Amino acid sequence: MNVSPQAQASAKATVLEVRDLRTIFRFRGGTLWAVNGVSFSLAAGELLGVVGESGSGKSVTMMSLMKLLPMPPAEIVSGSVRLGERELLGIDPKTMREVRGGEVGFIFQDTMTALNPVFTVGYQIMEPLRAHLGLSRKAARARAVELMALVGIPSPAERLDDYPHQFSGGMRQRVMIAIALSCDPKVLIADEPTTALDVTIQAQIVELVKSLRRELGMAIIWITHDLGVVAGLADRVLVMYGGLVVEHAPVDSLYARPQHPYTRALLETLPRADTEKAGRLKSIGGQPPNLLAPPQSCPFAPRCAYAFSRCHSENPPLFALGGGHDVACWWDIDQGAPRRDA
Amino acid sequence: MLDSAKTRPEQSRPRGGDLLRIDGLTMHFPITKGMFRRQVGTIRAVDGISFEIPRVQTLALVGESGCGKSTAGRTILRLYDPTGGRIVFDGTEITGMAGETLRRLRPRMQMIFQDPQACLNPRMTVGSIVAEPLAEHGVAKGRRRRDRVRELLNAVGLNPKFADRYPHEFSGGQRQRIGIARAIALNPDFIVCDEPIAALDVSIQAQVVNLLQDLQAQLGLTYLFISHDLSMVRHIADRVAVMYLGKLVELAPRRALYAAPLHPYTQALLSAIPIPEPEAERRRTRIILKGDVPSPANPPSGCRFRTRCPVAFDRCAVEEPAWRKRDGERWVACHRVE
Repeated sequence: MNVSPQAQASAKATVLEVRDLRTIFRFRGGTLWAVNGVSFSLAAGELLGVVGESGSGKSVTMMSLMKLLPMPPAEIVSGSVRLGERELLGIDPKTMREVRGGEVGFIFQDTMTALNPVFTVGYQIMEPLRAHLGLSRKAARARAVELMALVGIPSPAERLDDYPHQFSGGMRQRVMIAIALSCDPKVLIADEPTTALDVTIQAQIVELVKSLRRELGMAIIWITHDLGVVAGLADRVLVMYGGLVVEHAPVDSLYARPQHPYTRALLETLPRADTEKAGRLKSIGGQPPNLLAPPQSCPFAPRCAYAFSRCHSENPPLFALGGGHDVACWWDIDQGAPRRDA
Repeated sequence: MLDSAKTRPEQSRPRGGDLLRIDGLTMHFPITKGMFRRQVGTIRAVDGISFEIPRVQTLALVGESGCGKSTAGRTILRLYDPTGGRIVFDGTEITGMAGETLRRLRPRMQMIFQDPQACLNPRMTVGSIVAEPLAEHGVAKGRRRRDRVRELLNAVGLNPKFADRYPHEFSGGQRQRIGIARAIALNPDFIVCDEPIAALDVSIQAQVVNLLQDLQAQLGLTYLFISHDLSMVRHIADRVAVMYLGKLVELAPRRALYAAPLHPYTQALLSAIPIPEPEAERRRTRIILKGDVPSPANPPSGCRFRTRCPVAFDRCAVEEPAWRKRDGERWVACHRVE
């Protein structure tokens, strides 16, 4: 079990390295501290799951990497993003455009807004092929048909000249995956790609991504709020809360031994289709933080069952627990005592 | 605790039996075209469904988007005029009811909506939102109405001091609580919960579900719980009805359905739900359905599920499977289950 895919992946080269990323939004009423020092790395061929609720900063983090946020109001205050050998923060917009869609592909949740309704699907798949790879119209068209077949769209040659609204939700998501894969990216960022889909269609897309990963071997960041989807897909998981990574672990370790009270509470809260839970559901009281100030203390402390004095005065760093499992918490949940080295 | 301003005294509420029975309910919408709105087709959103809900129980109606589950809920509440079938509420047929008779029935049947942002008027304070049904049906006035609003806000776990605030000042979960307070204001018997937790974060979903269950126990409510989330349904429902393209394919008590689903669609639906446990996820074999749900304007012949069914055979294309009762409490419509 120790020679799991995640162990092999960690031996591979790092393709993406993010250090201390901080993103804020300035608006008239004040400042929203959306991402407050996020660090992680992504190895070649690895699938990293990023889990969190709305407002946890998971999407903003990934949008910041690719500079997909409107600036202003967004502002990346600090941090470093290395894609291979290249630093992405601070490069000129033209180079950034080459990275986006070329080396890094993006899949969004809402296909209806992400695809342009006035261009055919074929045109939109061919666009990056012509812009990034410089293919001729004819070659791009042939490649687009191949890509549509790859993502499982039936009779691709005939559907090439259809418009997005002529496709179903699941098929549109396949089109989006085809566009993201068109230039053979090193990294694919998928932002809640199955959230808007029905479960049976979600299962189709998840199977598709699994098989594409086996065939093409790109690294994937999969952002979701669904702990179920991540369990079946990811090698490693980041759990985000209040714009911070609160726990980071190989997937088995995270579900078997969740170390952060938030992760633990989330897993206990979830009803499951495979087992029956007696009585009331456990729930997490209170509300997520509003992020109108930078975190001075643990953002989960007001809702945490284990919080003690230190949690309300100091924000915990990520403690490495060994085996690639890190947690940002002052309380040692296994020992039932404050963390020793703190 | 919720005693003042009752529409009827608690004692008059009979126990046992079915509160709601629907029989062959259909709701077809015309597709019109051109200047004269000539009818060119029919959307068969709900196409002959039958079930009953015993008092103080929860029936979950599950299915994918576009299967007609929300339309079914709205038709039962008579927000639409059904095109066929019967709705019997508490012993009275309400299918053709209209005008003042129907209006007088409305307090007893309420609805909780999916999007708490869209179903609350942004220009009304929370207090006036919750008081509106009371005013509309002339239930309480002046101070008694204000007291009732406070009582309702308390009952759904909101601070009554917030009665003068506006919906935008609340989080999603709190807004859903406001919607629930409004739904129980007239002391209903029956509530259609239309995806009440689908728009909420995981950590908030459990709070709202617990509230719904507490209110059911306290007030003796009967729920039709419309949802696509089979994990949550397993927690909240007494019985589960599975819908596909306007038809029911299976109806069973919760335990029986999850332990051994009979219809191939139910089997596929259950196998598609991700389980938050990596080991279990790796061990599972999934039934991956091919293709998409066909259009309800032009459903397939015979069994509507046959185009995606992994076990379909020639009979499925010609003959529509009957809605049959099996071993007492289960209903299923499938040629393979005979």
